[in-house]
Amino acid sequence: MAKENTPKRTWSKPPLIKNPTIRWIVVIAILAYAIMAFLTIQSSIDPARISKGWPRTVRLLTNFVQPDFFTRIKDIRIGVLESITMTVVSTFVGVILAIPFSLGAARNIAPRPVYLFSRTIIILSRTFPEIVVALLFVVMVGFGPLAGAITLMLATIGFIAKLMAEDIEDIDESQVEAIKATGASWPQMVVYSILPQVLPRFIGLTAYRLDINFRQSAILGIVGAGGIGAVLKTSMSRYDFDTTGAILAIIIAIVLVLEIISGYIRQQVQ
Amino acid sequence: MPIQEINGTRIWQKRSNQERIVSAILWLITLSIIAWCWSIISAQTEWSFVKDAPKQGADLINRMFPPKWSYLDGKLLKAVWDTMTIATLGTVLGLLLATPVAFFAARNTTPHPVFRYIALFIIVATRSIHSLVWALLLVFALGPGVFAGVIAIGVRSIGFIAKLLYEAIEEINPKQSEAITATGASAAQVLTYGVIPQIMPTFAGLSVFRWDINIRESTVIGLVGAGGIGQALIDSINAFKWSQASIIFIIIFILVLISEWVSAKARNAII
Repeated sequence: MAKENTPKRTWSKPPLIKNPTIRWIVVIAILAYAIMAFLTIQSSIDPARISKGWPRTVRLLTNFVQPDFFTRIKDIRIGVLESITMTVVSTFVGVILAIPFSLGAARNIAPRPVYLFSRTIIILSRTFPEIVVALLFVVMVGFGPLAGAITLMLATIGFIAKLMAEDIEDIDESQVEAIKATGASWPQMVVYSILPQVLPRFIGLTAYRLDINFRQSAILGIVGAGGIGAVLKTSMSRYDFDTTGAILAIIIAIVLVLEIISGYIRQQVQ
Repeated sequence: MPIQEINGTRIWQKRSNQERIVSAILWLITLSIIAWCWSIISAQTEWSFVKDAPKQGADLINRMFPPKWSYLDGKLLKAVWDTMTIATLGTVLGLLLATPVAFFAARNTTPHPVFRYIALFIIVATRSIHSLVWALLLVFALGPGVFAGVIAIGVRSIGFIAKLLYEAIEEINPKQSEAITATGASAAQVLTYGVIPQIMPTFAGLSVFRWDINIRESTVIGLVGAGGIGQALIDSINAFKWSQASIIFIIIFILVLISEWVSAKARNAII
């Protein structure tokens, strides 16, 4: 940096990476990756197909700005109702079932074998995208909202259990000791010393997960697992884009309302 | 704290009688809502299929194992590479599109409140609609393949990145940009030297975080034809080749674990 007002010395921003060798290696690596990635997508850019699709795109967009809520109102109502019921049931059951796993996955209170078991379940439930799991349950229990509800319930268990276990690991141990010193049994210890410390976060996460589950329930229908997604996909394959636009508008509206509610709940409990 | 006297001994209880009645009523309401929701799901379910589910599940596992390892050839690895490319380029596209949206949405950098509301609408709309829906729309407009996938992931990322980024912009220390303004800098210079250095760590953390989420999402957008490993998955399932599907499940599992590990490491290094 220039310390004096000498006109010859100019200041320039320091580079992000100080070592010039590393900097050049990073630059070259990024360039090499960019070229390879470009070659990958280039094969799928088909100008003829895009120009053919252009009138469709225009129609799609013009239909979107004048959504049609009424022609398929019956299907839309059933779809939205299914999505909401799937969300409510899967969140409730999932959250209840997540409690034992949260306790089991907390290193400070669970014995080692229980800890490892719970963590394995959490990893398995969190890793696979919901829609892939839904594919399997559709095969097992048939088309319909039950497959979607089971999928979302499993995802909820992993999500809540992982974040709650982290919270339980961070609790104030002295409160646990105090309750233990009164001669409390293990369930009493959990209810009176751990639960009060983690309850606000538990409620907040439940509200957040309700929000996520609704978003997911809106797409699980694409693979036949119930909810508004099925109506959405049908409307698209029938080229009824005014109905598609209406469904998307409804999804956005419900997500917004849920987000406001869950934000309010989280603010209240914290 | 409610203390009750029963037979001359004072007993402490967590809740007073009144509180108990209130909580019982709340539980009753919750449970009846759940029961009502369940009745709707139950009415839409073919229970004879569900009774058959354990058998179907066992059958599925039988078909999946042993995985058909010969399926893991160059073609499948190309699909894995496609998936990673969709996630990476989609993240880059998302960052490029989200940055101006974030600056328009932040109260302290927006040129005009009208721009702010437009930006907030873009954030809500792109965030609420899942990447699979974006992929469906874009496959329709651009044709199936990786290109539609990249755009779908990019558009879907806008809302998430822009929302967290504009919150970071609103929280910057105004003194630094004031100091730059006082030197006679233009608006663009204030942005480059006063604002951007302050949000750089958030920006870097966000891009890694979103990349992690995008790997997860790009494994499935192939289900609707937008390229990558999801396409191989749906082809295998539609052809009832479950021994191939199990290989894809293993690959998805590994991909997600790696991306989660990388993003955890990178975020630790940045923060």
